[in-house]
Amino acid sequence: MDTVISMRGATATLGSRPVLRGVDLTVRRGEVVALLGANGSGKSTAIRAVVGQVPLTSGGLELFGTPLNRFRDWARIGYVPQRTTAASGVPATVREVVSAGRLARTKLGLPRKADRRAVEHALELVGMADRAADPVEALSGGQHQRVLIARALSVEPELLIMDEPMAGVDLASQEVLAGTLREQVSLGTTVLLVLHELGPLEPLIDRAVVLRDGCVVHDGPPPKAQGQHALPGHDHVHPHAGHAAEPIRTGLF
Amino acid sequence: MELFSYAFMQRALIAAVLVGITAPAIGIYLVQRRQSLMGDGIGHVALTGVGLGFLLSANPVWMATAVAVAGAVVMELIRWYGRTRGDIALAMLFYGGMAAGVLFTSLAPNGSNANLLTYLFGSITTVSPQDITAICLLAGFVVLVTVGLRRQLFAVSQDEEFAQVTGLPVRLLNLLVAVTAAVTVTVAMRVVGLLLVSALMVIPVAASQQIARSFATAFALSVVIGVVVAFSGTVTSYYADVPSGATIVLLAIGVFVTLTLLAAPLAKKRARRAAGDGTRCTLEVPAARPTEDDVRV
Repeated sequence: MDTVISMRGATATLGSRPVLRGVDLTVRRGEVVALLGANGSGKSTAIRAVVGQVPLTSGGLELFGTPLNRFRDWARIGYVPQRTTAASGVPATVREVVSAGRLARTKLGLPRKADRRAVEHALELVGMADRAADPVEALSGGQHQRVLIARALSVEPELLIMDEPMAGVDLASQEVLAGTLREQVSLGTTVLLVLHELGPLEPLIDRAVVLRDGCVVHDGPPPKAQGQHALPGHDHVHPHAGHAAEPIRTGLF
Repeated sequence: MELFSYAFMQRALIAAVLVGITAPAIGIYLVQRRQSLMGDGIGHVALTGVGLGFLLSANPVWMATAVAVAGAVVMELIRWYGRTRGDIALAMLFYGGMAAGVLFTSLAPNGSNANLLTYLFGSITTVSPQDITAICLLAGFVVLVTVGLRRQLFAVSQDEEFAQVTGLPVRLLNLLVAVTAAVTVTVAMRVVGLLLVSALMVIPVAASQQIARSFATAFALSVVIGVVVAFSGTVTSYYADVPSGATIVLLAIGVFVTLTLLAAPLAKKRARRAAGDGTRCTLEVPAARPTEDDVRV
């Protein structure tokens, strides 16, 4: 199996605080890998380092066998950043936001028919085709997350990288997302995602990498529900419609 | 329509329409990136260029363009690197630019600060044929960038981190936005003045976003609003003998207020239509809590 992501001894700092302290992370083609860990364990930093948004202070990173600084083939990657609630103020429709993802293929050129089709297809995959002309401000948290995932899928990626795709997402959207992801995985897409808990995605996960204080403390089969809940500092984000936005923090950290 | 027969008014109206197109066209990206006041900052810096133009007896429009572009590039570099003390650096740049403009103008052989006023607040009827050539060329550049690269600029302004991961040349596009904003400032300088430039970049956009639901509509509508207020403001200033820049800006604010008032019932109507397809709550609210057990103090 060829290696899609290879991170070796990665260290990174935010300000002067070390956030990654020698992280090894390998993702092979077709794998679904979950990055788990408490808040502040470095999992989001690790995933942002993989897409080149956090510079590594030492260590190496290769994407599809190419060192990050020489990697140009971004159309092979679909990226779903952590959802921010801040609206930009200027209105934008669901379709306009999803089309932005396709720019990884069109770059500075004009979109062709195939590009428009890919955008419509991505909207259908997340069940948002009927909302394509609606402004994104009118969406719920879960629907917004589905839009961001459609934006990543519009490029028809080989590797999907997602930062907490299930955070603050209502149960209905979680099920849609799990279904979408299952379909992508069955088509051979490689997935690396940050999760707070395995939740409805559990059956899809091949391997879990658990971080604590910027170090890998577990790399292997996903911990069973009990073990996963027993992780120190674990946050419970329960997808009940009413108070999904407010995680109940029971962790020690 | 006697005003169309005067050459100076023809030039004034051409300049006004071009400003009405270009200022909101670049302004929408600035608003989207929460850099609404960037135009104001560039306006301050551009004054140095005007002063240099007087001092060196060069065309102030071209000098202002050169200095404003340099200033915008410096601002963008500060945004990249100097995040911690960025606001102080920007303040230095803005007020330094303004001060240098005043100083250079007073040093110029035939310069007085009265000349500066026409640049600070606009003096559309004194637009010369050379100015019009410069304004047309610069406006063409702005339209080319803001319309031709609208998809890319939208993506970069909407989610910079995501745009970087799509492999777009984000830094280059950011620089292009800054340079285009600087060029727009100098296009608008003669019409609304450097101190009011930012208003025409921001207010039509703010007005259009009251009722637009898509970026494409917001873009088109803000350009329409820009053209309408710039044109009617110039005509009004001719008949009422009032300064064009101030008239245009106040008209734009009038449009903003009108659209805001119109938007509230429109939003309500949309909400009602949206609620129409959904089903209503069927859960019953539990009866009021009995109060007899409450502890009295």
